[in-house]
Amino acid sequence: MHQSSAIQASAVPARAPFDAGFGVYVHWPFCASKCPYCDFNSHVRRSPVDEARYVAAFRTELAHRAAIAPDRTVTSIFFGGGTPSLMQGATVGAILDAIAALWPVAPDAEITLEANPTSVEAGRFRDYRAAGVNRVSLGVQALNDPDLKRLGRLHSAEEALAAVRVAGDIFERYSFDLIYARPQQTAGAWRAELEQAISHAVEHLSLYQLTIEPGTWFDRLYRAGKLTTPDEDLARALWDVTQEVCDRHGMPAYEVSNHARPGAESRHNLVYWRYGEYAGVGPGAHGRLVGADGRLAMATELAPEKWLEQVERQGHGLTGAERLTPEAQGDEYLVMGLRLAEGIVPARYAALAGRPLAASRIRDLTELGLLRAEGERLAITPAGFPVLNAVISQLAA
Amino acid sequence: MATHPFDNIRNFSIVAHIDHGKSTLADRLIQETGTVAARDMGEQMLDSMDIEKERGITIKAQTVRLEYRAQDGRDYILNLMDTPGHVDFAYEVSRSLAACEGSILVVDASQGVEAQTLANVYQALDANHEIVPVLNKIDLPAAEPERVKEQIEDVIGIDASEAIPVSAKTGLGIPDVLEAIVKRLPPPKGDETAPLKAMLVDSWYDSYLGVVVLVRIIDGVLKKGMTIRMMGSGANYGVDKVGVFRPKMTDVAQLGPGEVGFFTGSIKEVADTRVGDTITEERRLTAEALPGFKPAQPVVFCGLFPVDAADFENLRAAMGKLRLNDASFSYEMETSAALGFGFRCGFLGLLHLEIIQERLEREFNLDLISTAPSVVYKLNMADGTQIELHNPADMPDVMKISSIEEPWIRATIMTPDDYLGAIIKLCQDRRGEQVDLNYVGKRAMVVYDLPLNEVVFDFYDRLKSVSKGYASFDYAISGYRQGDLVKMSLLVNAEPVDALAMLVHRTRAEMRGRAMCEKLRELIPQHLFQIPIQAAIGGKIIARETIRALRKDVTAKCYGGDASRKRKLLDKQKEGKKRMRQFGKVEIPQEAFIAALKMDE
Repeated sequence: MHQSSAIQASAVPARAPFDAGFGVYVHWPFCASKCPYCDFNSHVRRSPVDEARYVAAFRTELAHRAAIAPDRTVTSIFFGGGTPSLMQGATVGAILDAIAALWPVAPDAEITLEANPTSVEAGRFRDYRAAGVNRVSLGVQALNDPDLKRLGRLHSAEEALAAVRVAGDIFERYSFDLIYARPQQTAGAWRAELEQAISHAVEHLSLYQLTIEPGTWFDRLYRAGKLTTPDEDLARALWDVTQEVCDRHGMPAYEVSNHARPGAESRHNLVYWRYGEYAGVGPGAHGRLVGADGRLAMATELAPEKWLEQVERQGHGLTGAERLTPEAQGDEYLVMGLRLAEGIVPARYAALAGRPLAASRIRDLTELGLLRAEGERLAITPAGFPVLNAVISQLAA
Repeated sequence: MATHPFDNIRNFSIVAHIDHGKSTLADRLIQETGTVAARDMGEQMLDSMDIEKERGITIKAQTVRLEYRAQDGRDYILNLMDTPGHVDFAYEVSRSLAACEGSILVVDASQGVEAQTLANVYQALDANHEIVPVLNKIDLPAAEPERVKEQIEDVIGIDASEAIPVSAKTGLGIPDVLEAIVKRLPPPKGDETAPLKAMLVDSWYDSYLGVVVLVRIIDGVLKKGMTIRMMGSGANYGVDKVGVFRPKMTDVAQLGPGEVGFFTGSIKEVADTRVGDTITEERRLTAEALPGFKPAQPVVFCGLFPVDAADFENLRAAMGKLRLNDASFSYEMETSAALGFGFRCGFLGLLHLEIIQERLEREFNLDLISTAPSVVYKLNMADGTQIELHNPADMPDVMKISSIEEPWIRATIMTPDDYLGAIIKLCQDRRGEQVDLNYVGKRAMVVYDLPLNEVVFDFYDRLKSVSKGYASFDYAISGYRQGDLVKMSLLVNAEPVDALAMLVHRTRAEMRGRAMCEKLRELIPQHLFQIPIQAAIGGKIIARETIRALRKDVTAKCYGGDASRKRKLLDKQKEGKKRMRQFGKVEIPQEAFIAALKMDE
C-alpha cells in the first residue's frame, strides 16, 4: 500500500457516495476434489450433475430476488464456487440470459467466472467468452509443484501458467489468486514467486494469507501438530514483502488482500466492500437487498440437492432473510468497508447504524497511526492493515 | 447438688480427620438406635448443605438426640454433637466440645492418625474429655489395627488398648460403640434448682422459625414463655419454643441440666447471637458467665467483585442472606479501579473463604472475581497508634509507619517420609521456622511456624502437589510478629492496578514481583501498542516485562459477500470485550486477575 499521500478512492468510481452498485452472485457448488484448506461451500459428486435442472432452479431463484429488488441495473455478475469452470458454456449462457431477462444489465458490466487453471478447463474458456463472460479469476494458488500438491490442487505450475496465457488471449481481463504464508515458506521464496506472478502481465492479483479454518483437513493437521503456520514475525515479514513488491510494480492493495493496476479493481467485489446491494443465488449463496422493510441479509440452503428441491418446491432456496438492525448494518459496513484502501464514509456509517462512530476511539487509533481521517473518509493506514481485525474490533466496540 | 435426673444422659462428639468416616459412623448410630427409620435414612444425615455433603466437612454445629436401651436394661439419652471439623472454625469447635463430656476418636485403621485428627483431639483433651478411640474401616484388607493403636498411643498419648474395631460401612462393632458411650463417658453434672445457665453452641436462620439457637444447659431449666438474657450482649428475648433434634425438630416442655436442644424466640438476626455466649434467666441471673467466650474474629480478607457489574446489587443481597446464617463472615463495600464495585470480606480462614465464595456462586448463581487473600496486618504508626490493615490498597504512607506486624501460625504437617524433603523446602521457602520433626512409623510429623501471608498464597495447592496429595495439614494462629514487609504494586502500562497490590516480605518481593509480571505477560492479550508491566515497591521498579504490540493478525478471504460471518466474528469480539476490564487504555481479561493470583512457582 502506498505510504504516501491522500486516501485514494479506487479508480472504479462509486456511482454516488451511497450507491455502490448492484451485483449478482451465482454459486456453483461442485468441485472435482476438495482442497484441504477450503471451508467454502463445495461438494464433490461422482456422477455427472444435471446442469439443465440447475439452470431452471437458478432461473426460479433469480426471479424470486427480482421480485424483492426490481428496478435495479446490474453492474456486475460473478460466478463463484465451488468450481464454476466445471460448468458447460451453455449453462453459463443460460444463466446470464435469465439475469438479463429480469434486470437491465449495464453495457460495461463486469462478468467474472472463477476457474481452475487446468488444461481441461482452459479448453472451455472460449465457450464462456461466447456466453458473455469478460473476466476470469484463476485459482493458481502457488507457482511451485510441491506446494500445489500440498494444497491439494490438481494442476501443475506449468499447466497453470499455460491457462493464464490462454485466459490472456481470450478475455479482456483476468486475475489470479495466490496463497502465501504456506508451511515452511520463507520471505525470500515468496518474493521470487510474487515477482514471477507479476511478470505474467497480470492486472489483478488476490494474495491471501493461508488461514486455518475450522472443520478443514488443514485444521485437523494443525490440531494434531502436523502443520505449522508462520509465527507473527514471519507473517508480518511476508505481508511486508507482498506490499513492497506489488507497490513497486504499480499494483497497490486496493483491498487488504487484493492488488490491481488502477482501474483494474474487481467491480463485483467492490460492491460487497462498499456495502452495496447484491443478489446471491445457488446453494450457500449470500445476498444483501434493500427491500420494502429494510436491508435483508439472505442466505440459502448449503446442500446442493436440498437447495434444488427447495427451489423447485418453494420458488427459492433461502434458509433465512433476516432484517438487519441498524447496529448490524453499521458493523457490516465497518468490517467490509475498512478492508478497502479508500476506507469508509463515517456519515454513511452514522446513517446505517443510527449513531456516529465513537470520536474517542477514532482519536486513539489515529494517534497510534493505524487510522486516518481525511475529508469525508476514514481509512486504515498502511501500518493498520496488517492488524486490520484488531483495529476494526477496537473501532466497533 | 441433684445428680439423679441426669445419670442417663451422655453428651459426646466425634473427632476425626476428613474421610475417616465421621459422618458414616454418625449415620450408623442414628440407625442402630432406631432414631430414624431405615427407610428415612439418607446419606450423611447431619450434613445438610450440598457443600457439606460434597466436601465431607461440617460447617455448622448440629446435634441429634439418640434414645438407647443399654445392656444394663436402662434407657439413656445420648446427645451427639456434630462439630465443624476444620481449623477455620477452631473457636466454634471449642465451644461445641465444651458442651460435651466425652469424644469418640475415629481413626481410619489403614491410614492412621492425620494432622487434623491431632488438632481436633488436642482440643477435646483441652475440654477435659474422656476419649473413646474407634478404629474404623476395619473390614478393609489394608487395615492395620495394631499399628494404628500403637500410633494413637505414641502420637496422641492416650490409652488405645480398648480401642473399638468397627466398620461404619457394614455396621460391624456399632453396638460396642453405643455401650462404650454409656459405660466409659461420664454423665453431665448440674443443678436443676439453680438459676438458668446455658451455653450458646450455635445458631442459624430458619425461614419458618426465624433464628434457631442450639444450647447446652449447664444449670437450671429452659422453658417456653421465659425471658432469657444473653450475657455477652445484655439483650433480653422471649422464648417461644423449646425442643430437641431427633434429628427432626421435636418440641419438649423444658430442657434441664446436661441436656442439649434448641429454642426459638424474639431474636431477629443470627448476628444477635454469639457462639459461646452464656444464656441466663432475666429475672434470676446466674452469678457468673461461662469461661472462654470471645467474639468471632476474621483472619483472612479478600475483595469479592461481580464479573458482570450489573450483578452488584444481587451480590449485596446474596451476602446479606448468607450472613443471616453466618455472622462470622463480614463484608463492607469496596471500590476498585480495576474491578469496579464489590465488597471487602472477612473470613475465619481460607476454607471459610472458599465456602462462602462457592455458596455465593452456586446458590445465588453469581460469577465472582476474588482478589488475593490478605491477612490482617497491624501497623505501628510513628505517632504511637496502632491500626489494622485489611486491604493492601489502603496502606498509609510508609513514612508514617514505624513497624508492621503480621500473623503467624503453627502448622502441623503429617506426611509419608518420601515427600518430607520437598515439604521442608516448601516451608523454608515460605519463611518457615521448624519447631519439631518426629517419625511415627513410616510417617513424619513436622511442625513449622509460618507467616500466615505465605500460607494464604497457594500454600495448600503447593503442599498437595509436592506430596501428591498424601500430606495432611492443620494449623492454629500463634500470634503476631514484626516483619520487614513492603507493599508491592503492579503497574500495567504505567498505571497501578489496585486489585493486584500486595504486602510481601522484602526478601520475597523480587521473586514474587517477577513471577507476577511474567504471569501477566502471558495473560494479557497483545494490544495495538506495546504494554510495559512492572512490579514496584514505592517508586522503585523491581521487575519488568513487556507485551509487544500486535504486528499481524490474519484476515481471512471473504467468500461470496458473506458479511454475516464477519459480523458474527465482530460480535464475538465485542462479547469478549465485555469480559475485559478496561484499565487505562489496556483491556485485561478477568481470567487474568484470577490466574495471576493463583500462581505456581
